[in-house]
Amino acid sequence: MTDWRDDIHKIFTENDIQQVSYVPDAGHARVIDLCREDNRMNAVPMTTEMEGIGLACGAWLGGQKAVILMQSSGVGNCINALSLPAVCQFPLLMLVAMRGEFGEGQRWQMPMGHAVRPSLEAMGVVCYDVKHAADVRPVLENAITYAFQGHNRVALLLSQQLIGAKKFTK
Amino acid sequence: MSTAKGQVLERRNAARKILDALADDALIVASVGTPTGDVAAAKERNLNFYLRGAMGCASSVALGLALAQPERRVLNFVGDAELLMTAGSLATIAVMRPKNLAVVVLDNEAYGETGMQKAATGYGVDIAGIAKASGFPVTATARTESDLAKAVESIHGGQGPVLIVVKVRQEKPDRVALPYDGVWIKNRFREALLGEDGII
Repeated sequence: MTDWRDDIHKIFTENDIQQVSYVPDAGHARVIDLCREDNRMNAVPMTTEMEGIGLACGAWLGGQKAVILMQSSGVGNCINALSLPAVCQFPLLMLVAMRGEFGEGQRWQMPMGHAVRPSLEAMGVVCYDVKHAADVRPVLENAITYAFQGHNRVALLLSQQLIGAKKFTK
Repeated sequence: MSTAKGQVLERRNAARKILDALADDALIVASVGTPTGDVAAAKERNLNFYLRGAMGCASSVALGLALAQPERRVLNFVGDAELLMTAGSLATIAVMRPKNLAVVVLDNEAYGETGMQKAATGYGVDIAGIAKASGFPVTATARTESDLAKAVESIHGGQGPVLIVVKVRQEKPDRVALPYDGVWIKNRFREALLGEDGII
């Protein structure tokens, strides 16, 4: 079986995703590298995750599909910006690498980690948890359909159960 | 009526001078607040996308659009406070270096929609300077009619990313009646740009 990280990039190409914006997280590192090396897509390094919402809507206006990669802490930076795809019914797909969740020991990650799902849902974003490598492909493929054909806003929450919790020592 | 420092331009007239030279196939993204009305008053058309909210998002929408449509000129009309809310987007634009993107900042040095409170540019923050330091190859600040005439050429033909600050008076022009229906604004833009495939 392909590594799930390689599979995410492969699914992007199979579904003609042409813009991938990101603020890095260790959980996305492999996918970011693969997208940066791929001349079929624009990989856009952002200064804040908020930019990703506008970028994705602009891409759709221009006839392209975009995906946003971020850490859970970045979700908080997007909240008001999510008004734009909500009011205009732009398709939106975010891949969120979770922190402050399964096995987390870093206390500063907890507030936003706990708030990811309720705050996204409050803005009308449908959230799917992904905890096992075998679920990555089916959940991502269905999320792509749900977002880009169904015109929904969707977030995949990639659990630390999948990615692995970052270890901190004293 | 207060005025910003130096000679400054009447905003509707400045927008009209810029848009008189607009290519028919150019794409426009206008930010929430007065810039939307400035663009609509000068040249309302299907290939204009108006943000009626989501302050801080307009420059990113313009970048996503410019990357998706590299053969078309993309003009991004924004307010000064709108753009500074996501000043980092200037770094992102500079990194991606879209040749077809021109950002036009209608800078009244104030929050015009909420009572004309002084904004950062009113304290001396220089948006063209930020863009230049970020790596935009073409930047300028227009305060006079002759500055503006020169800037119009860069806006439509300069190799981007271009950023032009147009210093405008603190005034509240008449409201332009425009729909708030975001789905309609999006769909008519996509239909005009992409044809039937745009409405899916």
